[in-house]
Formats: sequence, structure tokens, C-alpha cells
Amino acid sequence: MKTNREIEHFVAPVEETPLLATDSLKADQAPLSLWADAWRKLRRRPLFIISAVMIALIIIVALFPGLFTQVAPNDNCQLANSDGAPSAGHPLGYTFQGCDVYSRIIHGTQASLMVGVFSVICVLLIGVTLGAIAGFYGGWLDAVIARLGDIFFAIPLILGALVVSQLPFMRDNRGVWTVVMILVVLSWPQMARITRGAVIEVRNADFVTAARSLGVSRFGSLVRHVLPNALAPIIVLATMELGVFIVAEATLSFIGIGLPGSIMSWGNDIASARSSVRTNPAILLYPAIALSITVLSFIMLGDALRDALDPKSRQR
Amino acid sequence: MTDNITPNQDTAPAQEPAKGAVVLEVRDLSVDFGVDKKWVPAAIGLNYQVRAGEVLAIVGESGSGKSASSMALLGLLPSNSRVSGSVRLSGKELLGASAANIREVRGKDVAVIFQEPMTALNPVYTVGAQIVETVRLHNEVSPEQAKERALRMLELVELPDPEKAFKSYPHQLSGGQRQRAMIAQSLSCDPKLLIADEPTTALDVTVQAEILDLMRNLRNKLDSAIVLITHDMGVVADLADRIAVMRRGIIVETGTAEQVFRNPRHEYTQALLAAVPHLGQGGAEHGEEVDVTAALAAATHAELDSVDHEELVRRERENAAALAAAAAERPQGEPVLELTDVAIEYPKQGRVPAFRAVEGANLVIYPGQVVGLVGESGSGKTTIGRAAVGLLPVAAGTMRVVGQDISAAKKNGKQLHHVRRHIGMVFQDPSSSLNPRLPIGESIGEPMFLAGEAKGSGLQKRIEALLDQVELPRSYRNRYPHELSGGQKQRVGIARALSLKPKLMVADEPTSALDVSVQAKVLELFQNLQKDLGFACLFVTHDLAVVDVLADRICVMQRGRIVEQGTRDQILRNPQEPYTQRLLAAVPLPDPEKQRERRELRAQLLASGVE
Repeated sequence: MKTNREIEHFVAPVEETPLLATDSLKADQAPLSLWADAWRKLRRRPLFIISAVMIALIIIVALFPGLFTQVAPNDNCQLANSDGAPSAGHPLGYTFQGCDVYSRIIHGTQASLMVGVFSVICVLLIGVTLGAIAGFYGGWLDAVIARLGDIFFAIPLILGALVVSQLPFMRDNRGVWTVVMILVVLSWPQMARITRGAVIEVRNADFVTAARSLGVSRFGSLVRHVLPNALAPIIVLATMELGVFIVAEATLSFIGIGLPGSIMSWGNDIASARSSVRTNPAILLYPAIALSITVLSFIMLGDALRDALDPKSRQR
Repeated sequence: MTDNITPNQDTAPAQEPAKGAVVLEVRDLSVDFGVDKKWVPAAIGLNYQVRAGEVLAIVGESGSGKSASSMALLGLLPSNSRVSGSVRLSGKELLGASAANIREVRGKDVAVIFQEPMTALNPVYTVGAQIVETVRLHNEVSPEQAKERALRMLELVELPDPEKAFKSYPHQLSGGQRQRAMIAQSLSCDPKLLIADEPTTALDVTVQAEILDLMRNLRNKLDSAIVLITHDMGVVADLADRIAVMRRGIIVETGTAEQVFRNPRHEYTQALLAAVPHLGQGGAEHGEEVDVTAALAAATHAELDSVDHEELVRRERENAAALAAAAAERPQGEPVLELTDVAIEYPKQGRVPAFRAVEGANLVIYPGQVVGLVGESGSGKTTIGRAAVGLLPVAAGTMRVVGQDISAAKKNGKQLHHVRRHIGMVFQDPSSSLNPRLPIGESIGEPMFLAGEAKGSGLQKRIEALLDQVELPRSYRNRYPHELSGGQKQRVGIARALSLKPKLMVADEPTSALDVSVQAKVLELFQNLQKDLGFACLFVTHDLAVVDVLADRICVMQRGRIVEQGTRDQILRNPQEPYTQRLLAAVPLPDPEKQRERRELRAQLLASGVE
């Protein structure tokens, strides 16, 4: 091959370097939205596959506990079996009260997951609405919402929960919904902050200005143009918070201000296993493991989503 | 190498390469990037050499591999890259050299000037500290000696007050001064090779002209070899001795500047040169080419050494005759946009006080007229464009759009809403002006749907018609913005702006983010559409050559004021305002010979004390 180092005026052979039409594009692919693009990336990630399978399993357990155990969790509690070792049909042994551990864990899934899901839904409703309004409209609205959020943000979870749960209304109606309310009241500012930041980032993009200059109303541009582009961090945070809420429920139940003892949940199981920690720590271990696996699944899912949705990791 | 520090600059140290010796020799250089587990080539089998005192310009559009291949010389590529071939600096092989050796070479033998001086200088250290650091990294000298050298470098790059610049932080300097400081830093160790990666792209044209002057002076003084990476043919014509044209990772043509500009042989080089708009060429309608150099010479009574006196007089006469012949066309109809003594403020936000960006602007646009609004950054040209769409409030004066006074209109009120239906707007950055979550058909159709103009299949037909108008296939309707190239996105932006059949189009630098060949096509499209549909247009741009192609009238803005306005012929053939003259003289021509004349003229303009 001739080199062009010594040649004064070098021209590459034209047939080897053909001119293609400027500005052309391959049109053989199907159109691909950013969501579809993220999904295509996501479904190949082992992190996503593992966490999705586990979460699917957890959801099935929560919806149909009867598929996994025939033993009713509370009916056959016999003190004779107190702290009993595993036996046929009772793979994880018995609690202090003589109830089947495995069955309690399976049936406890529902309450734990419900608290997590409902809390996240409520936090999304409140946090995204307030955050979007604050970020998009700015001005005094922003200041008021931000200060309001700061107030709640400054209250530690346990302390706040202790106080809120002692309100007469809360004390009389203890159940899944009171726990959800406690968690939502103390956690919405985080979601509002993230939403506000994401909205501010998108708010000044040219396409929003373009939409406005072409006659889209202010609220219309928020809903149609700003929010869809601010969703990615919100989805990631929501996924991770779901895990966090499940832990928080267990924490509150553990110190006795969460779900009442009549509702089976992992937090209650861990709390009641305290008495047999020295004699039979396995009773405490099993619900703790169930809790950890669930939380881990949601946090892994959040991580995978962040990788797929974060525009900065996108190579375009 | 302490002897490099001695104040005696004029006698080159013994180990400096003799004039004309080959400093950099690149052989079969290939660069690949790993993307999704595949190797994507960025540069393929490059061969070139640069001699001391010579400027090699590597020219190419985005994605041609010009930057990647040059960063590969220094091993400054990200870790997902693969480099092969041979790079010899004064006979020493650089590729495959140990990390310590490469570090030794960086900054000392090879220095790089980056595009964006604000980000290339560390904002938490003073300029002086950063130069001193570079000097002491490669030379065993005392802090005092290093400081002395740093000051001398700052003087060398013609900073007005080196002492002050030494103590300044990067943000305290203007863009041009920062770039000078960057150059001072890169020259502080007497590099044998200087790589300038788009050194003037982020700068205004008048500042660009100054930096180019500086680089030319330095080349003569220092005798370094310079590799200039750029996409701007004007810059190349101004500075380069030899040119390598790159396209898709391959050098398609190399030769001396003369050869490439006078006699481009490769199809791509020819296409590229044809696509570059140059000031004075005019658009399809304006026909005749304007000899801006002669016009400037006449306006300022300059005498040029490089042009024969008789010749110059002849050219000046031709010019004057053409200006006289150009009958001023009577504009017809009601003005579409009318600004009377308008001042525009950015409203105060929190504790940041209101900022008055435009003052006392008078401007009239008649139906079917294209008015080019030209100015450098911060001149307020974009502000006027945005205010015309009602995105910014008018602080004083009256602004009438399609016959309605909107200067008192309430923000987001009904009146603005109504007026906006007659205005289309095209934005600078095609990537950010389309909603990435919407298919482009929806982006185009949204304004029509909201205005209640069309629905259902009628809307689909309108969308298809608009895509036809901007010469995009109809099937693109369902595609998303990120699947399109920059030029295509800009076409979508134009289609959207046209959707409500506007009477006035506000185009805010619509082509400045595009490559020249793409820019040429988009401009052509825009021009044809304007002719067919007859909308009036306010075309905001920093690029005089682009305005020249499109505009009937030109307004020149400086520091928030319109300093001169007139027909294209008046402005180009007979510029009266010193600022306009300076602006015109600063635009580099993509032709080495004409650029030489222009340069001399500019030097005279500056010398004659024109501020």
C-alpha cells in the first residue's frame, strides 16, 4: 500500500471512499422509544432478571399464600411445640407460642408487601404532585413547599412514628393503613425533592419552550412534556423506597408501634422471636432472612432501573 | 532542560529541531472504540507528518475521527479504546511507551489547547498557579523562576496586563483571555508539538480573529509544529500550511493549503468546500457576489499592500456601482413585527436583580421579508427573538406582532396565546428542542391539535404534508428524536414551526449546531420554504455568512443595541459603523489568498484606532 507521507497532494481513491447521501439514516429498524430502548437494555441485565424473578415470586406468595403452605398459621399453635425443632410438614420448626414458623413467614408476606406498596403509591401521589408544582411554577409556591418538606424531613423516622402513632385516632385504628400513613407523612419530602430537581432540569429545555411558544398551556406542558421526561429518577427512587418501607414497617412493628399483633407480618415475627433468641435463634433468623431478600430484590431492581434509565449513561 | 528557562528566547536551544525537520510522524494510525462489545473504528490507517514551524490542519465534520486520532497521539483516550500503528515524535515512538514516559512527553514535548478554556482550566486555582505548576512539573526550577517564566508566557500571548492575569482566576477573565491563558500554559515548556483541538470554536468571531493572529505570531516566534483540528474552513484558510481532510476515519485528501483550496480532487473535499457559506457569496436570489474586502477598504480608506492600488480602486468602484444599482425595494403590507424603542429585561429572580439585555431597539419586518439579526454572544440578539414570541416581557417601548401590541400583554394571557398562533419558532439545538418521549409525528401535530385545526385522519394528513415539505420520509412519523441525525431533527423542528402556517418565523441560530454540509442543506430547505410559503422571518445568528445567504435586511447588534441596520447590500457593500466593519473583517474566508487580504485589512482597521 502506498503511503501518503511523501506525496505532496494525496487523494484517497474515490471508489474506496464513496460519498453517501448527507443526512441519510438507516430506516430498516422499527421505531424505538426511549422507554422501549431502556427495556431492551434492561432485559439483558442479570441484575434485573434475578431481582425481577424474585419480586415476581414474592408477589405470588403474598397473593396466594395457600399455594405454598397447607398449615394454617394460627390455628394449630400448641404450647407443647414451643420452640420445637423442624419436623415433617413443619420445615422451619415452631415459634415460642408453638406456631409453625414457615407458615407464618409465608402468610406474613402479604402485610409486609402491602405496607410497602401502598406507602409507595401514596408517597408518589403526594411527593410527585407537590414536587412537580414546586419545581415547575417556582416562586412562593416553591418556597412554601420546600420549607414544609424540610420540616418533615428533619423529624427522625422512629421518633416521628412514636409521636404520630400516639394520636388518639391512630391508636384506636392500628392496622396496615395507620402504618402506611405514618410512613407517608414522614417520607414524602424525599420524593418531592427528587421530583422538583428533575422537573427543574427539564423545565427550561428548548422543547418545553417550543411547546409553549406553539400554544400549549402551562399545565399542559407540565403534564405532557415535563413530567414524562422527569420520570426516570422518580421510578428509581420509588422502587428503592418500596424496600425501605418494608424495613420501616418491620422496625415499627418490632418496637410495638407498627402493625398490631393480630396481623401477621415479618416485623411482628421478629419482635416475638426476641424471647427465644438465646434458646432458638433460628426463629428470629428466618423472618429476618425473608425481609432481607425482599428488600435486596427491590434495591437491586432500583439499581438496574437506574442504569437503564439514566440518560447520562446513554451513549448517544 | 533548565536552559529553556533562560530569558534569552530568540536563540533556540541546541536540542530544538532544526527548521523543517520532521517533528511528528504518524504511520498507519488506527483507533477503535469498544461500544456494546464491538469495535467501532474512529480512525483507519492514518498517515501524516508535521515539520517544525508548520501548521497541519486536520479538517472534518463531526464523527470524522479528527479529535479521536489526535488525542490518541498522547494516549488521552478513554479506556474503551484501542490504538494501533506508529506515532513518532522526533524519532521517538510514543505508542506503547510506558505511562511514565508518556507523562514526561505530555505538557513538555507535546501540549494541547482545548476547545473550551473555561472547563480546561481548573476554576479553583489562579491562572498563574496553573502555569507555574506546569513549568515546575517538567523543569527543576525555583518557584520564583517559574513565576518569572509564567509571566513571560502571559506576556508572549499578548495579555494586556500579565501581572493581573497571573493572579486572576479563570472565571475573572473573558473567553478570549482564558484561551490566551490556556495557550500560555501549553507553551510554557517549549513544546515541540502543539495540538490545538478546535481552539476558536467556542469564541466570537472578533475574538477568534485575535486568537488566530496570536497563533500565527507564535508559530513564527517559536518554531513548534502545530496540529490544528477544526471543522471551520475559514480558520484553516487563515492558518494552515498543509491540510488533511478526514471523513469517517479516513484521510481522503492531503496537500498544501493552496492545493486543497484551489484544486480539491476528492469528491468529498469539493462537496465540503462548496457547502461552506462564505461572506459575500449571497444566496440564490441575491445573485451577485459582494467583495467585502473592497467594501471595507472603501469604507475605511485603507490601502492594502497585498492588493494593487489600481485593482483595489477598480474593485471599490464595482462595489459602489452595484450598491447604487440595487434599487431599494418598497416593502408592502402591514409590518409583521414592529419594535419601537424597545427595551427587554430578564425579570428579577429572587435576589438577582433584573437585567436589561436590550435597549432602544427599533426594527420592522414586512411580510415575506427575511431579516438577519447578527451579533456576538451577549449582544441581545436571542433576547429580541424570544421577546417577539412573548417569552420575555417588554420593559419599555412598544412591540407589535401581526398588528397587535403585545408589549403590555399579560404573561400567559389570552392575547399572547392568540398572537403565538401566528409565530413559528425554530431553535438552535435540534436535540433539546424536541420532546425525547414523543414520536416526531406527535411533536409536529401537537400545535395543530391544540389549536383545533385538525383531528384524526385530517391531522395525520397535515403531518404527512409537513414531513413532505421538509423532505423527510413520511414513515419517520413514528420515529423518536434520538433515532434521527442532527439535520433531520432540525427539519422536524422546522416542520413543527410551520404547522400553524405562521406569518412570522423566528429562527434562533437554527444551523449553528450542524455540520457545514448538513447546514448547507438545511439552509437551502429553509430558503425554499420561505420562498414558497412567503412567511416573514427574523433570523438570529452569530454567523454573518449564513445571514448573507438568507437575509434581505441585516441588523447588527452590539451590547444590547442595534448599531447598524440596512439591506444586505448596504451592510456588506458599505458598512458605516466601526463595529460592523470590525465584525466583517473578522470573518475568515475559506480561501487562503482572499483571507490574506482580509487579514491585512483587519490589521489596519485595528491599527487605525477603531475601537
